[in-house]
Amino acid sequence: MVKKILRIENLKTYFYTWAGIVRAVDGVDINVNEGETLGLVGESGSGKSVTALSIINIVPSPGKIVEGKIIYKGENLLEKTENDLQRIRGKEISYIFQDPATSLNPVFNVADQLMEVIRRHQNVTKTEALEKAIELFRLVEIPDPEIKIWNYPHQLSGGMKQRMAVARALSCQPNLLLADEPTTNLDVTIQAQILQLMKSLKQKLGMSMVLITHDMGVVADVADRITVLYAGRVCETADTKTIFYKPKHPYTIALLTAVPSLALRRDKLAVIPGTIPNLIDPPSGCRFHPRCGYAKSICTKKIPPLVEIEPEHFVACHRALEIDIKSPIGVEKTGR
Amino acid sequence: MEVENLVKHFPIFSRGIVIKKKVGVIHAVDGINFSISKGKTFGLVGESGCGKTTTARTILNLDSPTSGSVYLDGNDVHKIFNSKNKKEILKLRRKMQYVFQDPYASLDPRMTVADIITEPFIIHGHIPKEKRLDRLYELLGLVGLEDYHAERYPHEFSGGQRQRICIARTLAVEPQLLIADEPVASLDVSIRAQILNLLQELQQKLKMTYLYISHDLSTVKHICHRVAVMYLGKIVEIADADELFDSPKHPYTQALLSAIPIPDPETKILRIVLSGEVPSPINPPLGCRFNPRCDKKKKNLCKETEPKLIDVGNGHLVACHEVRK
Repeated sequence: MVKKILRIENLKTYFYTWAGIVRAVDGVDINVNEGETLGLVGESGSGKSVTALSIINIVPSPGKIVEGKIIYKGENLLEKTENDLQRIRGKEISYIFQDPATSLNPVFNVADQLMEVIRRHQNVTKTEALEKAIELFRLVEIPDPEIKIWNYPHQLSGGMKQRMAVARALSCQPNLLLADEPTTNLDVTIQAQILQLMKSLKQKLGMSMVLITHDMGVVADVADRITVLYAGRVCETADTKTIFYKPKHPYTIALLTAVPSLALRRDKLAVIPGTIPNLIDPPSGCRFHPRCGYAKSICTKKIPPLVEIEPEHFVACHRALEIDIKSPIGVEKTGR
Repeated sequence: MEVENLVKHFPIFSRGIVIKKKVGVIHAVDGINFSISKGKTFGLVGESGCGKTTTARTILNLDSPTSGSVYLDGNDVHKIFNSKNKKEILKLRRKMQYVFQDPYASLDPRMTVADIITEPFIIHGHIPKEKRLDRLYELLGLVGLEDYHAERYPHEFSGGQRQRICIARTLAVEPQLLIADEPVASLDVSIRAQILNLLQELQQKLKMTYLYISHDLSTVKHICHRVAVMYLGKIVEIADADELFDSPKHPYTQALLSAIPIPDPETKILRIVLSGEVPSPINPPLGCRFNPRCDKKKKNLCKETEPKLIDVGNGHLVACHEVRK
């Protein structure tokens, strides 16, 4: 039996805006096993980031965690005091933010920002912390670490900043790394560098990772298991191969078909009609039903529960077992 | 359309008290040549900072070029722009239109959709007043919006719908050439497919020519007939889309293609991970601009002489010393 490092149960995070309550995350269940990479996939507004922010309880106002349990190593993080949480953040669980340019402080140099994390969680002197910081820079393969460490964020390029953010997240050898779209703002060649780096570091340090992304290509490459989110709810959870070759939820399939791919050329891209629902007033029943080609009357009325249809394959769809849909991947696979 | 030897350098000035001193130039676009045949889609790909957008802006004279010329149907575009003949310029502007990257920033928030789309009619006067409303609804239908959307303001729309409004606005003048600068970069995957399909449908219906700019190679493969790869202000490879993606010749194109993650966990490709980053365009490397990151470089040749774009057959042009042999 694999050990679960993180278990999220029925998490609900709402934002109380003047326009109404935005149900950004509405009953999400996620498991992260020890040493694995979980890919959290979905479009913008599907609640990926809010879920990750909820884990370390830094949801920005007016957001609030309303309900649920976040169990990390047997303890519910939501019952912890702020003081306890501060000891966990950065040390046990660390976070890589989406935009490296805005997640670094422009008025401190890189060394200060790295040493701040190290000195906060480890009992070391300034010189030791500096040595560790330089060591981290070497780990993330930044050339001339002794010189580059005195740079300010604006002197570094986007790829370098993201390496720096990776270094900061790894500075205390966390057990769980939450990476929120770590490569979205980078060019493909730099993205390949960073992903390769994260993969090799994960193996070296033996940590677990939650990788948030909207890029199906990235998760196919990096993740062991995938959870697909739509409008604040989990659609499907399974290992990577099952998600790509034997998906059961219509949304997962639509997501796979809508991506233009280098491997297969189609005359016309399959389209998911309509747009992502407004989460102040989400559709009743299954939230995907207005855009789903398989929707029946039950879909508009009843919220589909997350059911284990095969071992380790969870789907939230009333018709998952009735409809027989083939994955677009693998069927028309052509070599490159 | 044809682009010949287009060069755009941006001067850099030092901060002086009275006199600004020119201290250098950014070689944003450094002598590029390509041509687009009528009714086809030409893709311009490359990483950020390689000069894709500058090329597009220079073609439309939004930035005037340092040298070089652009021909549309045999007419020198910049000659007309520089002639100060307002009538001619307006006529030319009707022929070439631009879809901007960010649909959130390129629509006036204080104008209704009807105002936005009918403004070109007023400026160009090519549609009589009484027919303007009919044409407006026709355009809305063409891009897949409803009639009642005309009375709304941009903030009431989602990103995909805004991009549709932008496209409707450019279609209002019935252009021959549409320059689309990363039209789907800021949109969600499911919306992306809608806009790409719309662009393809419109091309078939209206026989327009597209210059499609993107850093996303998978959308380029999907929509383009011919593709040019840019690196640091230079075109390194031009070929038909299928040819380029099936057998890339330039080492940079090969690396770029192998870097794209494929949404299929079992397809393992040999990834060429480039070391280092794109050098500064202020001081581009001598010889081949890709040589500091290239693993196939020869010592002297690549560092000293700049490779020329040479046809290796099938209209496949490559700028690399190694490929020629």
